[in-house]
Amino acid sequence: MRYLVRRLGHAFFLLAGASVLAFLFTALAPGTYFDEMRLNPQIAPETVAALRAQYGVDKPLPLRYASWLNSVLHGDMGFSFAYNGPVAPLLVVRARNTLLLTITSTLFAWAIALPLGVWSAERLGRLSDRLLSWGTAVLLVIPDLALALGLLIVAVRSGSFPTGGMASVDFETLSPANKLRDLALHMILPVTALVLSTLPLLVRHVRASVADVLDAPFLLAALGHGIPKRTLLYRYALPAAANPLISLFGFSIGVLLSGSLLIEVVMSWPGLGPLLLEAILARDLYVVIGGMLFSTFFLVGGNLFADMLLYWADPRIRAESNAR
Amino acid sequence: MILPQHELEDGRKQVQRMTAILEIHDLHVSYRSSGSELSPALKGVSFRLMPGEIMGVLGESGSGKSTLAGSLVRLLPGNALVTGGTVQFEGKDLLQANPDELQAIRGRHISLIFQEPSLALHPTIRVGEQVRQVLAAHGSRGKRTLNERTRQIFAEIFPEETDRISRSYPHQLSGGQRQRVLIAQAIACGPSVVVADEPTASLDPTTQMEILGVFRRLRERLGLAMIFITHNPALLSDFADHVLVLYAGEVAECGPAESVLGLPRHPYTKALFQSTPAVSGKPGTGRKAKLPVILGDSSRSSLPIRGCCFEPRCTERMEICKEREPSPANLSVSHTVSCFKYES
Amino acid sequence: MKVEATATGKNVHPLLKVENLVKRYTKRSLAGTPEELLALDSVSFTISPGTTLAVVGESGSGKSTLANCLACLESPTSGNIWFEGKDIVKLEERACRQVRRQIQLIFQDPASSLNPRWSAFEVLVEPLILQRKFNREEIKKRVNYWLGRVGLSQDIVGRSPMELSGGQRQRLAIARALTLEPKLLILDEALSALDCSVQAQIANLLMELQGSLGMTYLFITHDLAMAAHFADEIAVMDRGRIVEQGPPNKIFIQPEQETTRRLLAAVPRIGRGDQSALER
Repeated sequence: MRYLVRRLGHAFFLLAGASVLAFLFTALAPGTYFDEMRLNPQIAPETVAALRAQYGVDKPLPLRYASWLNSVLHGDMGFSFAYNGPVAPLLVVRARNTLLLTITSTLFAWAIALPLGVWSAERLGRLSDRLLSWGTAVLLVIPDLALALGLLIVAVRSGSFPTGGMASVDFETLSPANKLRDLALHMILPVTALVLSTLPLLVRHVRASVADVLDAPFLLAALGHGIPKRTLLYRYALPAAANPLISLFGFSIGVLLSGSLLIEVVMSWPGLGPLLLEAILARDLYVVIGGMLFSTFFLVGGNLFADMLLYWADPRIRAESNAR
Repeated sequence: MILPQHELEDGRKQVQRMTAILEIHDLHVSYRSSGSELSPALKGVSFRLMPGEIMGVLGESGSGKSTLAGSLVRLLPGNALVTGGTVQFEGKDLLQANPDELQAIRGRHISLIFQEPSLALHPTIRVGEQVRQVLAAHGSRGKRTLNERTRQIFAEIFPEETDRISRSYPHQLSGGQRQRVLIAQAIACGPSVVVADEPTASLDPTTQMEILGVFRRLRERLGLAMIFITHNPALLSDFADHVLVLYAGEVAECGPAESVLGLPRHPYTKALFQSTPAVSGKPGTGRKAKLPVILGDSSRSSLPIRGCCFEPRCTERMEICKEREPSPANLSVSHTVSCFKYES
Repeated sequence: MKVEATATGKNVHPLLKVENLVKRYTKRSLAGTPEELLALDSVSFTISPGTTLAVVGESGSGKSTLANCLACLESPTSGNIWFEGKDIVKLEERACRQVRRQIQLIFQDPASSLNPRWSAFEVLVEPLILQRKFNREEIKKRVNYWLGRVGLSQDIVGRSPMELSGGQRQRLAIARALTLEPKLLILDEALSALDCSVQAQIANLLMELQGSLGMTYLFITHDLAMAAHFADEIAVMDRGRIVEQGPPNKIFIQPEQETTRRLLAAVPRIGRGDQSALER
């Protein structure tokens, strides 16, 4: 329990720190949302000045941070100039879509990487293992963007599944089952892109950590007790190799999240990615900060989840944290 | 070797005539070191294990004793190569068996107990589950029967605190308890042969005695035959029925425990026993007296190319020892010594 | 009897005198309540120069904690350790380092205490270089001297400790400790991991060094037979206490404590104690 409380404390401090940094960096960036208005001859300079005063853009940084914190506590997370409304509801919808994409990709990526890595580790050094290593190496050096564009081209050429967006035009009229099908169809392309971009990293790590424990005396002992190969690999070797992999799991959520921001833009998935891009271009200050904070939140959440998994998976960590 | 007919009267002879449960004949195992060079670890080891018998295998590091344990069920490192011989178990040569046959034999008919109890158990699986897995691997079906059987085995090995221990993780147990769990795994499926490789080496003497007691009890209860591998000759008295002394991959001496331990014949066995400090209650014994030692070591580089492998360290060496290898000489029906002193 | 004279040491100042040494560990249980573990419970003894005290006990009896406290690797909760008349518990870091050189530890498994990336030569040279007292020639001479002293041949100096046999490694560890010219060697299960024939070789080496250099040993072991052979005096430990202490003969013939009797019963004997058969 102490372990979890400590981890939660860490997570909270990380989030607080991230918010301060986000604030600082956006303040350092030149220009505000109202700078372009000033260039517009149709808007009177007085109007701009009034708006600036109304939104408190000219106040000193600590004050702005304090008032933003206040608005976080009220569940607004600041005000979007472009959307003319509080930031939070805007972000929540988008974050939900991003999360859907990221979680699905994480699950798929690991579901493929685990058996593939174990399979490869068991054949360490053989032809099939070497071929797989080659394959992952090639996949690793292809930039995500190229991968996404390539997939888009394939999708357009074949025309068998949608190439952008999250839903068909007639989505609202569909039956629940068909809605799900429509959503799944739209997810195929971005999920594939994300899975392919992280898969090589995961497979290589799974392979390495499983190969590490395959020589362990307890596996030899289990073999000596006649434990069948499958059980040996998945119930003995994999749990023993799990600790570094669980940490990697937390990390992979972060990688997928930042990867998804890009993929979303390329495949016009209505997630945080496109929103953040627009907001940065328009200097929509609080949306940018909110977006960054949400991303950090997911990242920290992912790692926290990994820590909890670790706690659950390894009795020695449990014992150690209780002993302190 | 064909034994003279009249020796059949010997009680031991009767036992020998019974079919051996495990018969190792002329076993050769080598390790492939860097390059294609082969360095031999076992050079023609032969012995027979009778049902219910405890065979103590005595050897120091480099004698090939762990290689022997591994080759009985073909659990050898990847660079090991069985270059000759047979391991007959119930009429089948294990060295020719396919992987599926081997898996069915390991743990079911022949089980292994490994050296380090702290390393031979999976660190993140409860020990009860680890015993259960062995049962499950050999065809015990049904959750109820599996759990029931696991409980029985734990009750056998841990008469007290049965449940607490079976729910524990290895790191929560003491060295002796972990060793008992390994024993539980080994006997779970009622094997006829247990091969134990230095099972007590890392335990302190009182726990060591306790574990030997467990083995002794199990042998009586279950009629297990055992191959007990150790570097400590003292552990074998009062425990083993037969003792086989390995030196540099060859059998130096093999025979009934009381005669090998009580009256060792091979120069190596004699010297080895003398080098352990004697515990005698006599006042004023041996204080600050030097222990008799065997000079040199048995590392591969110091082994002779020709002749008896113990010759360079032997105090009773003769001219012939440098020229060729001795072959096993029979002192009695069951006691053989590989030394020219006893060749007629 | 010689044993008695050295053990009681009427005229000799003890090299090491331990008084009421206590080491307490606090461990937090699941519920968060602190649990006290008394690893050393007022341990007292003395060792005269040039003698050997064996500390015998089962695992968990506090033997290794004692070794660590004496070698300044852990600090005791209370009590005094007098080394050559100085209380080393109260010494400051710098003075402590001076003393630490005089008290060297030899571990059960030298493989884990010797850097595998170094050659045997580097292992031996390092403590000499750290002392900054010797030039290159002298260092080489000393290394060769100690190699010969522990019975290692010159041609192993280029090998890594991992390439040596168990016995050679233990000899190397002893040579390394001796280069610092310590007064006390703590042998923490230093023979336990070795083969029987090698055990005898190392035990002989240690006794020979004691004879020629006047070394003092604290021999920590669970092997009562070796302790009896090797030591002038045996202290039996159980749960952090010294329950019985005396010369080997007394411990063997008239053990007073249950722990001692249990340890004695666990000493395995070859050929049912029929040692006379071996003499032939």
